[in-house]
Amino acid sequence: MKSGRFWAWATFLLGASFFFIPLIATFEFSLRMRRGEYSFDAYRIVFGDERFQATFGYSVIVAVFTIILGVLIVVPTAYWIRLRMPHLRPVVEFITLLPLIIPAIVIVFGYIRMYGSNSPLPFLATARGTDLLLIIGYATLALPYMYRAVDTGLRTIDVRTLTEAAQILGAGWATIIGRVILPNVLIAVLSGAFLTFAIVIGEFTLASLLNRPAFGPYMQLIGANRAYEPAALAIIAFVITWGCMSVIQVLSRFAPRSANRPN
Amino acid sequence: MADPFLSIQSLRKSFGPTTVVQDFNLDVAPGEFVSFLGPSGCGKTTVLRMVAGFEQPTSGNITVGGKDVTSLKPNQRNVGMVFQAYALFPNLTVAQNVGFGLKVAGMPKADADRRVAEMLSIIKLPEFGDRYPYQLSGGQQQRVALARALAPKPKLLLLDEPLSALDAKVRVSLRDEIRSIQKTLGITTVFVTHDQEEALSISDRIVVMYGGKAEQVGAPFEIYNRPATKFVANFVGTLNVLEGKVSDAAGGRVRINDQEVLIKDRLNGSRTGDTLSLALRPEAIALGARAGHDTTISGQIADVHFLGSVIRVRVGLGGSTISLDTFNNSSTPPPRVGDRTQISFSSSDLLVLH
Repeated sequence: MKSGRFWAWATFLLGASFFFIPLIATFEFSLRMRRGEYSFDAYRIVFGDERFQATFGYSVIVAVFTIILGVLIVVPTAYWIRLRMPHLRPVVEFITLLPLIIPAIVIVFGYIRMYGSNSPLPFLATARGTDLLLIIGYATLALPYMYRAVDTGLRTIDVRTLTEAAQILGAGWATIIGRVILPNVLIAVLSGAFLTFAIVIGEFTLASLLNRPAFGPYMQLIGANRAYEPAALAIIAFVITWGCMSVIQVLSRFAPRSANRPN
Repeated sequence: MADPFLSIQSLRKSFGPTTVVQDFNLDVAPGEFVSFLGPSGCGKTTVLRMVAGFEQPTSGNITVGGKDVTSLKPNQRNVGMVFQAYALFPNLTVAQNVGFGLKVAGMPKADADRRVAEMLSIIKLPEFGDRYPYQLSGGQQQRVALARALAPKPKLLLLDEPLSALDAKVRVSLRDEIRSIQKTLGITTVFVTHDQEEALSISDRIVVMYGGKAEQVGAPFEIYNRPATKFVANFVGTLNVLEGKVSDAAGGRVRINDQEVLIKDRLNGSRTGDTLSLALRPEAIALGARAGHDTTISGQIADVHFLGSVIRVRVGLGGSTISLDTFNNSSTPPPRVGDRTQISFSSSDLLVLH
């Protein structure tokens, strides 16, 4: 028993070292901008850079619209699949996994070919059109995470009976989704939303090849031309991602409780 | 029945090649409490779901209050329903759950609040309005579900095995409560259950279902005492089924294990030599002779089960065994296994099954 516990801890520490040592090294390096002493100069420069503020602000706005689009697509789809077409679930799960298999570069070249300025749908002819395409692309990239989060949320409630109970009380589909289903999977939706946010903030390929002023290409630019600032940006990106994960954890404590999940 | 409130005509439902309900007909009077009783898979819930509008019939018609509702959506039927799994909305309080249908219908808030308070008072949970479903017991949740179903004043109340998930004691008290509320409000109610005791105790009429068909429709007394088919006789209550051979069709005589009994006017065209299935309830049989019992046959005590107030005795009659119930009497010891005994019953209690 004791031997088993030793190896469990040893494996954990090895894994943790593999993860934390590079992170600590990066953080330590980001503090060494001032010769001979530790300082937050790299962070001060990054936060003071107008391009940082502009690209980060742009990515946040794009992330918000991506989340809205993702929720509008995924919640009704996952709900309908659970309610009326459970036999299609494996097919839909496979489709939602495709963005993990197909590289973003394939998607973006497909977009450029399909929606170029000479195509019948010239999204790329204007900046707003390209922004829209970027949002659609990000919603596609976030699909595996958003779908799984929402589907897991739907699994915790009796979708069919709750739907029928609302229907027999006179509710239409909009009321059922808005007042019964969505509030009961809200935490799951928020989990998907924060994962989407984390993906959009760090994404490089789509934004770069569509030539949009997003945070991902900015990080790459800084990384290619500076020494200490990229390390500071990497730590900032980690903090944003972990912040999102922490918010998911905190929000999950406020999930609506049901008879099946009393505590 | 003059003007049925709920009328189901030639209802049929198939899922692919499987027919789960066939040629189902039923008229329910206003204010009547009708139970669908049958084993799992007999089609009782499917009929209820078709009445609610959750399933579309393959053929047939459903009329509620004189209006054909067959093709209407569930939210257009003004029907209340209570589900086996409570189905309370976990994100809403008890009061919000009860008021859900009223809000959907656009009732002014003051009126809706009054109605919610009235319903909570009817189900005896007036102080539970601010609680969430997870803070209630199963019985309380089901009472809230009942209040929620009744709040919008539906024309018809459907109860889909509402007591199945509750423990025995709560089940009995809630059963009585449901019946009392139903009588007070005078609402026409259809209740689905597989529990015969529940159906017998609560219903004005029972529809016993088997294989997608109504085997028998009748009052609980009639269903229990005059089962029309072998299935009904076996499903409702405990029953002794004996094989008998018609020895004299004209005289109404039937032999059971070499002992002759008289069955008056109930051989229904059977001829001498035919084999019949005969049924007899345990409580209709007495150990020894008893006043009013016109038939006596002899056998040997095979088994004795002491059940407290009742003693269940199994008596061997040659090739078959018959069970009978006798009240426990502290001054009379129970019979002993192996003793020869006589049992008596009234020949009018002997049922010929078809």
